[in-house]
Amino acid sequence: MDRDAPETRPGAAEDWPDRIYDLLKLHNIRQVALVPDAGHSRLIRRCLADNTMKVVTLTTEEEGVAMLAGAWLGGDRGVLLMQSSGVGNCINMLSLSHIHRTPMPMIVTMRGDFGEFNPAQISMGNATQAVLEAMGTLVKRADTPEDIAPTVDATIRMAFNTFRPTATLIGQRIIGAKTFGKD
Amino acid sequence: MVALGKSGKLHRRELVKAVLEDRGDMLVIAGLGAPAWDITAVGDRPENLPLWGGMGGAAMIGLGLALAQPSRKVLVITGDGEMLMGVGALATIAVQRPANLSILVQDNEHYGETGMQETATKHGVDLVAMAKGAGFARTLLVTRPEEVPGLRAAIHAGGGPLFALAKIDETSLPLVLPPREGAFLQARMREAVMGPAAHLA
Repeated sequence: MDRDAPETRPGAAEDWPDRIYDLLKLHNIRQVALVPDAGHSRLIRRCLADNTMKVVTLTTEEEGVAMLAGAWLGGDRGVLLMQSSGVGNCINMLSLSHIHRTPMPMIVTMRGDFGEFNPAQISMGNATQAVLEAMGTLVKRADTPEDIAPTVDATIRMAFNTFRPTATLIGQRIIGAKTFGKD
Repeated sequence: MVALGKSGKLHRRELVKAVLEDRGDMLVIAGLGAPAWDITAVGDRPENLPLWGGMGGAAMIGLGLALAQPSRKVLVITGDGEMLMGVGALATIAVQRPANLSILVQDNEHYGETGMQETATKHGVDLVAMAKGAGFARTLLVTRPEEVPGLRAAIHAGGGPLFALAKIDETSLPLVLPPREGAFLQARMREAVMGPAAHLA
């Protein structure tokens, strides 16, 4: 990458988790529900360090869909962070977001869609978008670091402005494939 | 004193009526099926959220609400089958320790809405022990009418989270259906909590 290229935002390849954190603050996100993913680890650390955010580690991602429904009932804005495999765990619980018209922004780090090593990640990784869309979620992808902040911003805005589940999928092309020591 | 059903166990609707007596501004989430009919039979109101779906999610809705409104009491009333489906939530909730959240499982040891098939609690699975194992410091097992006032007092006292389980009579009672338009149910509770400004958020 040409470091002097004017169209390249310096450091975007590394600091996109911080840009997401800034957006969570901008949009007054008070509850962060998550099942950890390596791709989200830096963002999770930022949220844990923030006393105004209630960060809840879930045993399964569908708990987060229910939790954010409760948060909204009580006036808190929330966001759900997860890996693409976790989307499969959310399917039926997303029915609630529909019938209640609950804002439900999800930020999903992808596995299985670009250079994956682990065969078990392929099925869900390539079904993630279709599954979310089948449940009526507005899905946008970000496949370059520069795309992430505007896409997450749009995802959060569409959730809270139009009362529905929305998702940003952050491509494995950005995060990199875990190689289990077999580079 | 709360009546007993045919089996000699607690009458589910009488139990809910007793627990919700003088409830103040307590917010109540009811799991899908009979618990939703029970809270509606006691009296439908904006502070009730009867669920029509999302099986396994009732306790977690309670957690999100309790975290958002720490000064209000939140009670989740749900069935044994619903709690078992989302039993991992006991771990999630115990770690968060929301002082204003109580969970009451009405345990009839059956899936009442689908033909009375037996649940795991019929075969010895102990949800109170699972809640204790998850880290709930306060748990209650209620089997007799004379224990119900103590259950009500514990729920209303706060100092939770509280996990309570009442063994109830399995008889299915006449349906008392709440509104089933989810956007209405959500909006009315939001307005009860935040006033009309809720709709401008």
